[in-house]
Amino acid sequence: MSDTIKVSTMAEMAASGETPEILFWVGCSGSFDDRAKKITRAIVRILNHVNIKFAILGMEESCTGDPAKRAGNEFLFQMQAMQNITTLNNYSIKKIVTGCPHCFNTIKNEYPQLGGQYEVIHHTQLVQELINEGKLKVQGGEFKGKKIVYHDPCYLGRANDVYEAPRDVIKNLDVDLVEMKRSKAKGLCCGAGGAQMFKEAEKGNKEVNVERAEEALAENPDVIAVGCPFCNTMMTDGVKHFNKEDKTKVLDVAELVVKANNL
Amino acid sequence: MISSIIFIILAIASTAFFIYNAKKVRRNIFLGRDVDISGDSSKRLNTMLRVAFGQSKMATRPIPFILHLFVYVGFVLINIEVLEMVVDGLFHTHRVFSFLGSFYNFLIGFFEILAFLVTFGCAVFLIRRNVVHVKRLAMKELSGWPKMDANIILCSEIVLMSALFLMNAADQTLQARGNEHYHTAGSFPISHFIAPLLSGMSDGGLVFIERFCWWLHIFGIFGFLNYLPYSKHFHILLAFPNTYLSNLNPKGKFTNLDSVTDVVKPNFDPSYQPVTDPNNPQRFGAKDVFDLNWKQLLDAYTCTECGRCTSSCPQNITGKTLSPRKIMMDTRDRLVEVGKNIDANKGTFVDDGKSLLGDYITNEEIWACNTCNACVQECPVNIDPLSIITDLRRFLVMEQSTAPTELNGMFSNLENNGAPWQFSPADRANWVNEN
Repeated sequence: MSDTIKVSTMAEMAASGETPEILFWVGCSGSFDDRAKKITRAIVRILNHVNIKFAILGMEESCTGDPAKRAGNEFLFQMQAMQNITTLNNYSIKKIVTGCPHCFNTIKNEYPQLGGQYEVIHHTQLVQELINEGKLKVQGGEFKGKKIVYHDPCYLGRANDVYEAPRDVIKNLDVDLVEMKRSKAKGLCCGAGGAQMFKEAEKGNKEVNVERAEEALAENPDVIAVGCPFCNTMMTDGVKHFNKEDKTKVLDVAELVVKANNL
Repeated sequence: MISSIIFIILAIASTAFFIYNAKKVRRNIFLGRDVDISGDSSKRLNTMLRVAFGQSKMATRPIPFILHLFVYVGFVLINIEVLEMVVDGLFHTHRVFSFLGSFYNFLIGFFEILAFLVTFGCAVFLIRRNVVHVKRLAMKELSGWPKMDANIILCSEIVLMSALFLMNAADQTLQARGNEHYHTAGSFPISHFIAPLLSGMSDGGLVFIERFCWWLHIFGIFGFLNYLPYSKHFHILLAFPNTYLSNLNPKGKFTNLDSVTDVVKPNFDPSYQPVTDPNNPQRFGAKDVFDLNWKQLLDAYTCTECGRCTSSCPQNITGKTLSPRKIMMDTRDRLVEVGKNIDANKGTFVDDGKSLLGDYITNEEIWACNTCNACVQECPVNIDPLSIITDLRRFLVMEQSTAPTELNGMFSNLENNGAPWQFSPADRANWVNEN
């Protein structure tokens, strides 16, 4: 695994007259959360490995407005959206890959009406494409034969009907992919969505992430695979709640690919 | 002759009363804001045929799916037999379609089997609700009228089917005795088990039973029709328009508030032309049923309170007060209350100091939502509780500024730092050089 990754900002590319094939939308979690930053770097390692010419917005990226929109703050959402759309359109961005299903959903579905029309894919879809096109050759490595359970992020699964891309990537790693009782369209939320990530839960008898982690751990997996930095946080906390963090790791699909293949 | 006249009067009166009530429901639904749901007619028709007619979303829960299928198919097909009963009643004929011969016998036999399956289905449903207490059918939002409503519907259907069996049992006994009016027709795979119980009765007694059950069935059907607008059972009709009008966008796409765009977008695009009417400013989000759109109100009338939404809601599963089904029931209850207010005040709504948010739905409920779309996914008739929750949140945030404190903190971080946390935008790409 090489220590360095190559990343250019859009500003740098524009200054040298270059155009990226794709813009990597990192997202707030991928930019600031210590755990999620590792996922971001894993995605970049894959992009570097297949020599895709990509750029990030860097300091010009701002929250898509997803948590504001879900929480009912349409003003704040549209302010964020318009600011980002202005930036993206100034750079004539056509195609975007996101590291987060919430950014993916917002840019793909809610920006067009405000003037932002882009082809948007989630990073698990990009990895699947790269494997299918033969540009990325993967093997199971340390995960070969290991039991992996995949947790569907709501904003990738139900919200946008992307269920198979992440599973196809995982299957390419020669692992034993198992399903939870509630999966795909019936998948249970990790508890973070709808701006719940940023507030205490209402009074109840259980935390949602504990309920979901319990269900995942019932499969006795070596890895709980996720495709969302917020799900990652919630599932990691849930696994810790049951003191199972030594046995069961919570990893993003991109991290699985990178670790298995020493990218 | 007299019976024909009674029947005609009954038919006209009950149809008229049904139309009167259905119009009231329609008026109530259109108290909602306008929303443009047009185009994509072939896709819409396809959705309606698949989801409402074909019951496709029921199939994920096999036991209720099969039982509901019995009741649904039975209800639809037995109406063909009811058509014959109506003709017989009007023209004093006996089994007027029996000229179809053996095909007729097959049909009558088939309808009896369907009627048995309907009875069986309803009986199991009653047991699930009242004996086994299936969790989603025994939650607290169903106590009182909703539970009674469900039991009335199920018992009525059992009574209707029983009347059919008893009528056929009397009929076939009269046929066997060679009664002049009751010529031989039909086959009776179920009711022939009942017929022996009637063998000791006189012809007159049998005719009385046959006529009594006929009238019971006819009264039952007209009664049931007029019960619909007062009941959750209205879903048998509204499921069709409601699925036709389904949201065809990805579930993650929330509605755009044009009124907000009109304020925000000119800051970025000076050539932007506002799309909303500045002389008719609307409240941001929803406080009461008037602030919801008519499709959301149609959703409320379509809900049959099955609770699949609530049983899949992550917050409800973990003991929070949020229940998507209750959101729909509250919306309907408030709308019915508003409708009664309008009726009592000669066609205009007089402020009653109440509203959907506050008097029916609490802030605690709506702030618990994960916006995960599980409820939307589960609904067998494509109701969208999440859109109502979102509109209520919009009202709280944009009109009342009463979001939970932590969310207000998140909002101000977003405004100041472009991220939901307190990080400097200058540090956004620090990950590039970290290991």
